[in-house]
Amino acid sequence: MTTPEEEPVTEAELHAWLDGELPDDRRDAVRRYLDDHPEVAHRFASYRAQRTMTARAFAPLIDRPLPDRLKPPFSRRHRALPWLALAASLLAFVAGGAAGWLAHGWSAPGAPSSRAFVAEAVAAHRVFAAEVRHPVEVGADQEEHLVTWLGKRLGKPLRAPRLAGRGYELVGGRLLSDTDGPAAQLMYQDATGRRITLYARPTRDPADTSFRFAHDGNVQAFYWRDNGLAWALTGELDRVTLSGIAEDVYRALNS
Amino acid sequence: MPAADDIDDRAIAAHVPRLRRYAAALVGNLADADDLVQDCVEKALANRHALRDPSRLGGWLLSILHNLHVSGIRWRRRRGHETPVEDFADDVALSTPPADRGAVRDFVRAFGQLSEEHRRILLLTGVEGLSYREVAEVLEVPIGTVMSRLARARERLRALLEGGEERPLRRIK
Repeated sequence: MTTPEEEPVTEAELHAWLDGELPDDRRDAVRRYLDDHPEVAHRFASYRAQRTMTARAFAPLIDRPLPDRLKPPFSRRHRALPWLALAASLLAFVAGGAAGWLAHGWSAPGAPSSRAFVAEAVAAHRVFAAEVRHPVEVGADQEEHLVTWLGKRLGKPLRAPRLAGRGYELVGGRLLSDTDGPAAQLMYQDATGRRITLYARPTRDPADTSFRFAHDGNVQAFYWRDNGLAWALTGELDRVTLSGIAEDVYRALNS
Repeated sequence: MPAADDIDDRAIAAHVPRLRRYAAALVGNLADADDLVQDCVEKALANRHALRDPSRLGGWLLSILHNLHVSGIRWRRRRGHETPVEDFADDVALSTPPADRGAVRDFVRAFGQLSEEHRRILLLTGVEGLSYREVAEVLEVPIGTVMSRLARARERLRALLEGGEERPLRRIK
């Protein structure tokens, strides 16, 4: 008779080991087996890397904003009378409109501060990107002074990334106050007068350089945290174009 | 014993972000995932009295979503919303740290070439963190099937990743 330690190791057991489902009394046998079979150990190292990558790639999908139809109150098409369902959807539409920006925010746990942050950045964009005569406090002709001044108020050195490669030139910037204190807004404009804004404020939250995306009506924003500042790039551009610019901004700030 | 009425909109809504993440990774785009999750929520509400144990709500919702996906009632019928896998790979990569983006893009492309059966098993174990037993309950198959399917899925994904993506024959499944 063989004891559990002496049974031959199966492929299924190796997977169970990888997934933390192997019974304790088989661990030593699996370890010995992998020591003796480096090619199998190598294959399972690939599987482990795969498993890690699956989580890394797909886990952030949980932070994507939900469409209204996936938020309560849910419609009950299978049961409700048609006019009730219609009334419910109209109600949801009205409520969604009134709740405005925040209703479109992240449903993810632990995200309220970034949700508030991006709402501030978008609100500032709406106000100043439309401003004709005084879009900025300090113009790009005084860029040196502008970034020194804003950096001093934020308590972090600031730079204005070059976005000419994307067709956007710096217009200037301004100091703003949001609920957490001082914030800075840099404005850029392309040859057609289209404007995008880069908004920054100090944050004590840990860095999270994954781009998060939010939108409110036609305004889209990518935001992230890096080097003690929370950043948001906002504009009325499509998601892909804006993400390309956001990547340039990120690279410029880290070069 | 908790009443079935405990399963209300709020209880289900708490599971929606997770269901949608799973559905999006499974079908490869958010529009179809939204249809699938919406159908799942409606079916769950219509059948909520069938759930005896409210603590099993998460697994129960995944089972409903799985059955809807297999039967493909609505989301497969969509026209004009099919997103090529490359777009989804770019989209997913944007939500990861810049240093990971290239690798994530390649990974999502390879993942998209797997069969639905293989994608399901890898997502339920690797992203949703379900145990073999829980996966068996969601998919309504024996545990042995879960384990052999998982082994095949991992080996297939390894071949796709290590063999590069230009393998026309492998795309045909």
